[in-house]
Amino acid sequence: MSTLRRRRIVNVIAFSMSMVATAIGLALLCAILWTLLSRGFGALSFSVFTQMTPGPGSAGGLLNAIYGSLVMTALGILIGAPIGLLAGTYLAEYGRNSPLSTVVRFINDVQLSAPSIIVGLFVYMLMVMRMGHFSAIAGAVALGIIAMPVMVRTTEDMLNLVPKSMRDGSAALGAQPWYTITRIVYPAAKNGLVTGVLLAVARISGETAPLLFTALNNQFWNSNLNKPMANLPMVIFQFAMSPYGDWQRLAWVGALLITLFVLFLSIIARSISSLFGQHGNPGE
Amino acid sequence: MSAEAVAAPAAGTVAMEGATGLANPRAVVENLSFYYGSTQALKKISMPIADRLVTALIGPSGCGKSTFLRCFNRMHDLIAGTRYEGSITLNPEKIDLVGRSVDPIDVRMRIGMVFQKANPFPTSIADNVTYGLRLRGQANRSLLAEAVEKALRGAALWDEVKDRLNAPAQALSGGQMQRLCIARALATNPEMILFDEPTSALDPIATAKIEELIATLREQVTVLIVTHNMQQAARISDYTAFMYLGELIEFDTAAKIFTNPARKATEDYITGRYG
Repeated sequence: MSTLRRRRIVNVIAFSMSMVATAIGLALLCAILWTLLSRGFGALSFSVFTQMTPGPGSAGGLLNAIYGSLVMTALGILIGAPIGLLAGTYLAEYGRNSPLSTVVRFINDVQLSAPSIIVGLFVYMLMVMRMGHFSAIAGAVALGIIAMPVMVRTTEDMLNLVPKSMRDGSAALGAQPWYTITRIVYPAAKNGLVTGVLLAVARISGETAPLLFTALNNQFWNSNLNKPMANLPMVIFQFAMSPYGDWQRLAWVGALLITLFVLFLSIIARSISSLFGQHGNPGE
Repeated sequence: MSAEAVAAPAAGTVAMEGATGLANPRAVVENLSFYYGSTQALKKISMPIADRLVTALIGPSGCGKSTFLRCFNRMHDLIAGTRYEGSITLNPEKIDLVGRSVDPIDVRMRIGMVFQKANPFPTSIADNVTYGLRLRGQANRSLLAEAVEKALRGAALWDEVKDRLNAPAQALSGGQMQRLCIARALATNPEMILFDEPTSALDPIATAKIEELIATLREQVTVLIVTHNMQQAARISDYTAFMYLGELIEFDTAAKIFTNPARKATEDYITGRYG
């Protein structure tokens, strides 16, 4: 009887502690969001989307930074997604249990959690030093390298959800693996794969460190990929650290825009998987 | 045990000389052994497969009947470390289905398979049926449409789905899905269809439909079926093979196996003493 009583008390304590921990986490998140929303929306105006980043003391917007972030994120995905998709396909379809897959999986996990500044330095040495100057394309490559392991992981996970019986059915009709993958497996896992791409976009769109050594920043409008390009994370860093009130307000707006963008992507990714993947796995 | 097991089917074959389908068998299995790594799953199996008749493989779980079935379309090749010995000669071309020089893709192009659990592709009903034909390069829309109707009629599914050919296949009932899988296999005009316990996940009514269907199929295609259900084997098969622990214990006409089996082990199994 006393054992039972003790267990009840322990349970109540554990339950209370986990509730408190959850409350702390949620409170922090709400505080961050609230600060961001109140400060960001306060400074949000039409000119943010129509004017370039200003010099200290003058009026301006974030157009060049928004453009730069969109371009480099898009290019980064174009570089990272195909490689990640194919590598994930190898892991899930061709080399499921091969020694090479085990190695690739391990390295991919390391890369997934590697500090992004390392990636920035790597691309700095690989491209920026050889080219002799910072450039948007180097920034895109750095973002691509960050997106790649995310894509590898989600692709493998999503393809593994497709029932093996479908692959067997296709193979039994005489299909080569690649035919099965493109006609059966990819379509069955389509929603999951799209979700993976969206999550990779969300991941890289807020990255600052890899751009620090590659795309750097640009005060002016630039659409030349071979030159330094403005981007939201770098502008936020530069403006937030400055002593100027105008710049600080623009930094809040920039932070708000990135947050809303990532939030928007997450919501889309969620609704894709819940709308179409209603029954849990993409093979249903 | 092994020597006896090999002798038994040979004796059965001799006794049935001239019986339907066996004078010119569609395939002949000779001394077939199969290994998963170092584990031997099939031990020197020899038996004929009657042309355009139904041959059932029965035996307790783990006896190797599904393993044996999957040798016919080389499904084992999808798993690393598997190995065949002996031969399965497909007539009249005399191709050794498990021969090292024979491409498993070529084998699967000629021999269809229906699985235990219906596995329709995540596409429309029509696209499921035409999958094998498109794979073989057929792109002509009207020919594909004809093939869809023919295969669905052949699988006794046409009347139920003719108004919704573009509906997703996975919205069908379990029994319909399994008949769709049969239609999908039929569409490519295979020489032989392998059924791996096709009704074990279905209710009695759906099972009865599949059984009727298999009975009609026997006129056009050679059928090899693995079943756990002895009544089913007795109802639908012309020839029956009883397997135990990777060996073929007895092979004979279904009538003989189910009324007067030659071996004690067979009798014990079909009378429900183990299995």
